[in-house]
Amino acid sequence: MLFPLTKSSSPLPRVVVTGAGVITALGQGWKANAEGFRLGKRAFRPVSFFDASRNRVKVAAEVDLAEPALAALRATKLTSRQINRLDRGAKMLVLAAQEAWQQAGWQSNGNGSENIPLVLGTTAGGMLLGEVYYKQAIREPKKMRQQATRSVLYQPQVQARMVYDALGCTGPITVVSNACASGANAVGHAWDLIRSGQAERVLAGGYDALCEMVFSGFDSLQALSPTVCRPFDARRDGLALGEGAAVMTLETLDSARKRGAEILAEVTGYGTSIDQHHLTQPHPQGSTTLAVMKQACANAGITPQDIDYINAHGTGTVLNDSSEAFAISELAGAHAAELPVSSTKASVGHLLGAAGAVEAVVCVMTLRGQWLPPQEIFETPDPACKFPIITRPRDSRLNTVLSNSFGFGGVNASLVFRRWT
Amino acid sequence: MSRVFVAGIGAVSPAGWNVAAFREALAKNEPLPEQSLPRPGWEKPLPVRTVPNPATRPEFLAHPRLRRASPITHYAASAVLEAIAAIRANPAAKNLRLGLVACLQSGCVQYTCRFYDETLKNPATASPLVFPETVYAAPTSHVAALLENVVLAYSLVGDPSSFLQGVALGAEWLTENRVDACLVVGAEETNWIISDAARHLDGSAVISAGAGALCLCRDQSLAAGIELKTITDAHTVTAQTDRVSAAKAMRQQLESNGANEILADGSGISSRTDSAERAAWNDWAHARISPKRIFGEGMMAAAAWQCVAACDAIAVGRATAANVSLVGFNQQAIGAQFVRA
Repeated sequence: MLFPLTKSSSPLPRVVVTGAGVITALGQGWKANAEGFRLGKRAFRPVSFFDASRNRVKVAAEVDLAEPALAALRATKLTSRQINRLDRGAKMLVLAAQEAWQQAGWQSNGNGSENIPLVLGTTAGGMLLGEVYYKQAIREPKKMRQQATRSVLYQPQVQARMVYDALGCTGPITVVSNACASGANAVGHAWDLIRSGQAERVLAGGYDALCEMVFSGFDSLQALSPTVCRPFDARRDGLALGEGAAVMTLETLDSARKRGAEILAEVTGYGTSIDQHHLTQPHPQGSTTLAVMKQACANAGITPQDIDYINAHGTGTVLNDSSEAFAISELAGAHAAELPVSSTKASVGHLLGAAGAVEAVVCVMTLRGQWLPPQEIFETPDPACKFPIITRPRDSRLNTVLSNSFGFGGVNASLVFRRWT
Repeated sequence: MSRVFVAGIGAVSPAGWNVAAFREALAKNEPLPEQSLPRPGWEKPLPVRTVPNPATRPEFLAHPRLRRASPITHYAASAVLEAIAAIRANPAAKNLRLGLVACLQSGCVQYTCRFYDETLKNPATASPLVFPETVYAAPTSHVAALLENVVLAYSLVGDPSSFLQGVALGAEWLTENRVDACLVVGAEETNWIISDAARHLDGSAVISAGAGALCLCRDQSLAAGIELKTITDAHTVTAQTDRVSAAKAMRQQLESNGANEILADGSGISSRTDSAERAAWNDWAHARISPKRIFGEGMMAAAAWQCVAACDAIAVGRATAANVSLVGFNQQAIGAQFVRA
């Protein structure tokens, strides 16, 4: 039953990550992405699958979905007909979920009845299909071919069902669309589900594909950088868009131990709230950001001094980065001077609904590999930054890391991860 | 176990901008008149049921955040304000920490189509004022700003059955003492493309717009005499579990409460869409309310209307218990039961 919940008198379960799948413009899978993020590689190129010639900005971090990605899709339980119907977003989602599932060693029971909640974040869902639908409806209004299929597959919950079909399991689907905080909220909500005893295992993540409408939207706001995306740099002039997906398998520590699973990291804290300052602009002093980071730290039972690295939201826009810099500096206090911070959006762009999930996986990677992800291009820190920005690849001893995600509409989310030893 | 109550309900529908108009239309039990919506490139317009203009301009529309907001935000705001009115009028309920869960299926389609149309014509001149209003989270953000003391907010997207996931989420936040009251709103607006898409799947669909809201609370002294008793599991539709099986599994989790109970179902006028739910409830012998028959296919708004109708039936003494049956199009079946507190 979703309500009332049966409350357990036993201590809150600890939640661990046992699998993580990721696909970005750096490549498909953990290995390619870990190598890319560790070196601070940048993955931007001219937009190729829609016409960006009339836009102010013409580059983005596009994912290559040709082979071997197609081969990986064919290795799932999806039929070739289902695969052919997937749009870019759904393909990336399924690929990330399949990788996480395999890494975790989770198995379906063969009849598809395994009940595992799926919590996903997205901002655009199947917008690419929506765009095709709209163009056909306008340009060829009497032509009905494939419109019914598009009107179904466009919906995020239908794309989520593809994950279940691909893995051979089922469960309740929750699609969170808190704009660019969606992916982090999805991971956080999954953490809540496990902690509250509603589930022992949850698949959680986020996905979003580049599309003409959203690209033009950010371009129209002049939020896209016409030069280079440089989060927290005093001369920053905007964000860069990307696309991708990440899915993690979260489960109770007991469940992981019973299975003898390899534990990648522990999720120890989650905070979320809403900044009511403006639809698209954060509070200049980052008051909600600060509150959410404090909430996540309190949930994790740590002080800000315990944080070894922050993966910032760090979009590269003037307003976001100054607001977040104020909040991080305030949170860390005297510790700020020793708290390394970076934004991996400098490497793969802003992945919108996928951003929080991909960055959560990056945090797990840093804890596993004991390295800090740099921003290759960074010159002059914003004066609000009282903390160092990581600009060169380097190893570091990391026990606790925090990831920030904020969205249009004001939802802020922070996640805390701890190294598993 | 923490108890969760309903402190208020709100509705915007093709009948008007409040629960009274909604209730009156339900009582008449006659489908509301349809309007014609032109579809580009077609001679024949699409039938829809739109929300009429309010008799007087609501005061909340003067809020700076709502100046450019799309109709879905106006509907959601109105329903939420009506649902929370009793709490706001209660001096003992000042400064409550509010939660807000907004549930949508199609979301902000009017501005989305407008912006994409501008993009296709020339992205260089597409309006930056319109784009932010296209995101699913825009109505949530505006309504939170209007309410001011919202500390926790989610936007959920799914088929209409996910409205009850939103109610369950709000109840969870209350149970865990993260908020003191939680507004759960389901809202939709319509335009030609949504109506067009719906008719590909169901030729008889008459799309409608509006919103419905519940204000949930933990404190019984704030309640409107209604308690949330049960929300069933989410019975997901899969290759192994069709809509009929999912609907039956949901029905089995709702206990009978005797003769004086009512069912708020999602039946409309489509034998195809409604068949799974009909099969699950074919032996139901008590009273039944079917808002979609009156107001049309309001998608997430219609799911919220079912909950509003169920709660209202208890509030006005028509029933002591009310079941809500949500058999979604392509996601899941979920049911709920409200009882007199």
